[in-house]
Amino acid sequence: MTKIGFLALAIISVFGLGASYQAADRPRGESVRISGSTTLLPFTQKAAEEYLKDYPQEVVTVSGTGTGEGVKSLVDGVVDLAAASRDLRPEERERAQAAKVTLRRVTVAKDGLAVIVNASNPIRELTLDQLRGIYLGTINNWRELGGQDRVIVPINRDSSSGTFEMWIEMVLGGRKHRPDAQVQSSSGAVAYAVGGNRQAIGYVGLGFLDGPVAVVAINGVKASIEAVVTGSYPISRGLYVFSRTDSSASADKFLNYLLGAKGQALLEAEGYAPAGN
Amino acid sequence: MSEARLLAPKLSPTEKGFRLFFLAAAIVALGQMFLIALFLLNEAAGLLATAPLGDFLFSKDWYPTYEPPEFGALALIVGSVVVTIGSSLIATPVGLGLAIYLAFLAGRRKREWIKPAVELMAGVPSVVLGFIGLAVVAPFLQDVLDLPTGLNVLNASFILALMAIPSIASLGEDALAAVPRDVLDASYALGATRWETIWKVAIPAAMSGLSTAVILGLGRALGETLVVLMVAGGAAQIPTSIFDSVRPMTATLAAEMGETAIGSAHYHALFALGAVLFVLTLAFNLLAYWLGVRWRRG
Repeated sequence: MTKIGFLALAIISVFGLGASYQAADRPRGESVRISGSTTLLPFTQKAAEEYLKDYPQEVVTVSGTGTGEGVKSLVDGVVDLAAASRDLRPEERERAQAAKVTLRRVTVAKDGLAVIVNASNPIRELTLDQLRGIYLGTINNWRELGGQDRVIVPINRDSSSGTFEMWIEMVLGGRKHRPDAQVQSSSGAVAYAVGGNRQAIGYVGLGFLDGPVAVVAINGVKASIEAVVTGSYPISRGLYVFSRTDSSASADKFLNYLLGAKGQALLEAEGYAPAGN
Repeated sequence: MSEARLLAPKLSPTEKGFRLFFLAAAIVALGQMFLIALFLLNEAAGLLATAPLGDFLFSKDWYPTYEPPEFGALALIVGSVVVTIGSSLIATPVGLGLAIYLAFLAGRRKREWIKPAVELMAGVPSVVLGFIGLAVVAPFLQDVLDLPTGLNVLNASFILALMAIPSIASLGEDALAAVPRDVLDASYALGATRWETIWKVAIPAAMSGLSTAVILGLGRALGETLVVLMVAGGAAQIPTSIFDSVRPMTATLAAEMGETAIGSAHYHALFALGAVLFVLTLAFNLLAYWLGVRWRRG
């Protein structure tokens, strides 16, 4: 493509958004723009780097704006792919429908959180409801759960982390956690704090189970890569990439790379569980 | 006319050059400060588009990443104030006691090694003190007092006091040592005991320097970040006892700034926290200045 042609395309794609809802008019180029969830950002960035080594003629632009912003941009035609750490919300479906855009969901990875207590705590199993009660503040003592007569000390991750966001979404259903929950700013720090306090409970990524901590089974299932991949573990979620049914060939090519052997190997190297498709 | 010229002689070109250089240095330093303050307030003002100032200052609900987000900073402001007051209650008596001991009671040989040791303590990196709080003080407090957690107001106050004591003791000793020998001798000559001389003569005479020492020590506690991030527990609540966890403003900034999208409401809210911290620190410094001037006059 000539420079002028590219410039014209850029101008059309910026100013022509009002018209671009009509699927047939949507401009198509070699460039692939992916945006959305910051949870998947380390993976999409790494994958884009490797992809461009294999296919130097392609152009991939990666940014992380959060799932909501990414889906919105996808419907508007500003990006070609949107990474998402959750499924579409009803209002997002409606918005896509109103714009006459059909979105396709592909699971690229799985993500799970292990619940840990101090090794001296006899509790080894909790239900999701009990866990919610602990973090909402309605359950305050281990005795209520069949443990010792000690106050429960719940530990949160810092509120900007994807781990915290997943916990609030999956365990608390978006409700406000108790204000007296402690905060640690990394999974390693949570494991250290729980290992040092016999009354504490916390949640970490699957790779952070060091020290004198014990994993608590949730609804009878113990956290493991397998349980996360099959989805039998309750605090696990799919990480998705959304695309439009009228996506460009370049976008499809990049998406297939993410799902292929190379992409999934990079995924595991970055610490996610494989999609298991 | 000739007298005036004698007092302000004509400057040589070299002297003029140096004068210009130092003037420029002063302007650059002041300008930097001014621009930082301007940037801080400008970024903080962006919050007002999403949350009224009253909600920010007087609501205690800090849920910045929820949908919809809540930016109530009261619990964070109270957290900062509580650990600063807590550390002052520990550091002021110990720091000033140490200053009095060094200035009047320790022999020359003892002073010669205690004072450098105290000043050396001021140079201990805060991450080391924070780690001591996390790995030694927290389990100790939890075991001895049978608490749910050792990461609380008491622990943070204690570690911050460890940081403030050396500067209070060192600056305080300087202030006491600056009290003229004649004044002390006059007190002894009038029959005052050593206790009366220290309490009624030396301390009032050095009051300006002593109060400055305390305020500057506390300013350090207010602005300290790493220690409170590590040992205050991080709960964004208004504490009801010294055994509760808190989350000072500095800890919030350190924990959340890195992951926040630039230009988002959360980003502006963190800058607004920075502005509150800036105003509080400025107030502390003005107080130190004002006390200094007042006692010097009195």
